[in-house]
Amino acid sequence: MTKFTSAFAAGMLAAVAMTSTAALAATPKDTLVVAAAIDDIVSLDPAEAFEFSGGDLLQNTYDRLVEFDPANLSAGYKPGLAASWTVSEDGKTYTLTMRDGVKFQSGNPFTAEDAEFSLRRAVLLEKTPSFILTQFGFAKDNINETIKATDAKTLVFTTDKKYAQSFVLNCLSATIGSIVDKKVAMEHEKDGDMGWEWLKTNTAGTGAYALKSWKANESYVLEANADFWRAKPAMKRVFVRHVSESASQRLQLEKGDVDVARNLTPDDIAAIAGNGDLRVDEDLRGRIVYMSLNQKKAPLNDPKVVEAFKWAVDYKGMSETILRGQYTPHQAFLPLTYLGELKEKPYTLDIAKAKALLAEAGHASDVAVKINVRNEPTYMSIAQAIQGTLTQAGIKAELTPMTGKQSLGEYRAREHDVYLGAWGPDYPDPHTNADTFAHNPNNTDEAKLTGKLAWRNAWDIPEMTKATSAAVEEADSSKRAEMYRAIQRDHQKTSPFVIMFQKIEQTGLRKNVEGFVTGSAISSVHYWTVTK
Amino acid sequence: MSLTGTTSGGRRAWLSSRSGVLRGGRLLVSLAVTLLGLLLITFLIGRVMPIDPVLAVVGERATNEVYEATRKAMGLDDPLIVQFWNYVSEVVTGNFGTSLLTSRPVLQDIARVFPATLELATVATILGVSIGIPAGVIAAVHQGRWPDHTVRLLGLFGYSMPVFWLGLVGLSVFYGKLDWVAGPGRLDVFFEDVVPQVTGVILIDSLLAGDTEVFANALSHIILPASVLGYYSLAYVSRMTRSFMLEQLAQEYVTTARVKGLSEARVIWRHALGNVMVPLITVIALSYANLLEGSVLTEIVFAWPGIGFYITNALLAADMSAVLGGTVMVGIVFIGLNLLSDVLYRFVDPRAR
Repeated sequence: MTKFTSAFAAGMLAAVAMTSTAALAATPKDTLVVAAAIDDIVSLDPAEAFEFSGGDLLQNTYDRLVEFDPANLSAGYKPGLAASWTVSEDGKTYTLTMRDGVKFQSGNPFTAEDAEFSLRRAVLLEKTPSFILTQFGFAKDNINETIKATDAKTLVFTTDKKYAQSFVLNCLSATIGSIVDKKVAMEHEKDGDMGWEWLKTNTAGTGAYALKSWKANESYVLEANADFWRAKPAMKRVFVRHVSESASQRLQLEKGDVDVARNLTPDDIAAIAGNGDLRVDEDLRGRIVYMSLNQKKAPLNDPKVVEAFKWAVDYKGMSETILRGQYTPHQAFLPLTYLGELKEKPYTLDIAKAKALLAEAGHASDVAVKINVRNEPTYMSIAQAIQGTLTQAGIKAELTPMTGKQSLGEYRAREHDVYLGAWGPDYPDPHTNADTFAHNPNNTDEAKLTGKLAWRNAWDIPEMTKATSAAVEEADSSKRAEMYRAIQRDHQKTSPFVIMFQKIEQTGLRKNVEGFVTGSAISSVHYWTVTK
Repeated sequence: MSLTGTTSGGRRAWLSSRSGVLRGGRLLVSLAVTLLGLLLITFLIGRVMPIDPVLAVVGERATNEVYEATRKAMGLDDPLIVQFWNYVSEVVTGNFGTSLLTSRPVLQDIARVFPATLELATVATILGVSIGIPAGVIAAVHQGRWPDHTVRLLGLFGYSMPVFWLGLVGLSVFYGKLDWVAGPGRLDVFFEDVVPQVTGVILIDSLLAGDTEVFANALSHIILPASVLGYYSLAYVSRMTRSFMLEQLAQEYVTTARVKGLSEARVIWRHALGNVMVPLITVIALSYANLLEGSVLTEIVFAWPGIGFYITNALLAADMSAVLGGTVMVGIVFIGLNLLSDVLYRFVDPRAR
């Protein structure tokens, strides 16, 4: 026995000694290693991808006709694969001139035909994000006339009515506007799917990187595109590994096995704050955390009860304790940094006021609600804090934790009492949130406008709907911004939405990593700007 | 005489081969029934779960038109029984469908995630058994004295520590502070896809390719998660070994062996331990099977892309093709291990031959 144990112990020691030398101290100079939770990627087809991590990957592998300057995101959209454009007098026809000398990763030259193909297929495939394009009137039966390459350099498209130019061009900068290599996609076509099946797991763009491999829930690897037209990426290879646990991400960052850790909890952020080899970058993202009251349910449709909810939330307290640095208090439906942003925060925790409002409404102690909340630590802590303050105000609140997909079913069917969740903008234009929070052209059940939060909460707003429709057509940007501010002020007062926070992304980086742009509220991660 | 002999010998062979075929046939039928039952139950659970599989595909923002079109395309308008029938008839032809979450065929996904779990569970079981059995024997032999207390305390600790915590502490000590082992993941990123995938078990694939550097790196990655999981199997195996051994050591044949003048080591390690091997095989097979289901928490802490994480993720997203495929895989593993322990019984227990 003793022989056995000692042999075993010797074996273990040998194994440990042999392997410990294999650990690398730091990642190579031209390689970026990122630890992030990437299990939300379900498809890499730009016509379908609609998740955060998928957006990050496609940002770096494709280009769009209109893009942002990562060094100055707040400057707004700029020419991308389209070098310039003109808009007709009636504001409906856009003529875009394609950039010269751009090549796809396959080596194929980029032409207007690829742009025509990409936009048409995004409409024809009818995947979830297709509404970003179809809202301009592009449809299966008119696409051949409305989106057209008139020659190799020119793409012309015509919208169904006049929209603000900024709205149209902002939408083209979204992931769905990514330009796909037509030749490569069609080589892989199956049953008329325009390469969809193949593009779900492969990429064919002009972007800074080509996808080398993607293993779902595990990792993806990108390799620099030597022909990239915007710059020569300093990082020749980018490894992104799925690590969902924050403490594991932190350990790898501290050891230098990864350069960037993207999902650190406030505790882990605090723990690395004193480490001289590391740095924490903060970036304001687009996600808004809100609570909404179903207007089908009495007494939640009483304006006084709605207002009582708004005074019974501890915005500041939550952001300073449970959300430490990960969310900032924000009370308007447009994220800060968007055109028309509104910084005013009229509500604070005021239990006495909430109580008085409930008493005025004749519901001093009989309001009892179920709050549907996603079963995730952050949302659960917010819900518990709100439950506490609501109780103080005399509102009985019961929490129903659900998985993300589970809570959505009830929400879309308008069966909830109160929903606590988040909303992220779909494209970098104010209409994306205005359209969902402040636009409801038909409040009947039959209308099934399930994509709109105003409809889901059965909030009937003919006047605000008109105002929102008007804002989207306003050509003058500063006038347009003012219109959104007015709508948001009205929304703050009257809506059944208690908007509470905006997301701040905290990224842990090795000190030598520069230029890691997470994209703010309007874009996503850029790897090609990184230097080490 | 010789003729008769040949005849009766041939007849025996024929009879035994016939019974072999019968046994094989019965086995196949029971296998099919078990798997079908498993599929049916998982399928029904998937359908009564309050998660909408259509929403899992189209996402929160989908308009009602996109939603309805997808629902139809997924065949969810058909009655349950028709849906199940459609599913099973596809499965029989080897088509487990495509996972919603990975956009890849489920079989291809399982071929990727199962070897990761298999590798981890196997190393963990080897560690657990090779320490657990001797520890259990020692505890039994020294019952009531300090070696016994130590083993029992160690076992108790193993049972009661949350695996999540143990994994994190292990990582911060052995990876973070001491630098003895590599961190989360199966390989350093730079070694990924260096050796061609043959079995999917990196330790084996790297040896097949003759790449010792990759082998060493993989070993350095697996040793910690396998030790954490192995600790649980150690706790279980050592406790069971101890109680089986105590029972055997009280038997008369042990006394007889001692009276006969056999050395103590021979009495314990050969006679007594030999007799507990049969129940121990069941214990080991059970603990191995449990590990092969995948340990979700360990997989999360160590960023280990195994089947536990795959099935859990799929379940939470109502990705039913992936859940069903994963369940069938786990079912097959259980049935397979049962068969294997049957075979091993015959091997270690002369009465069963």
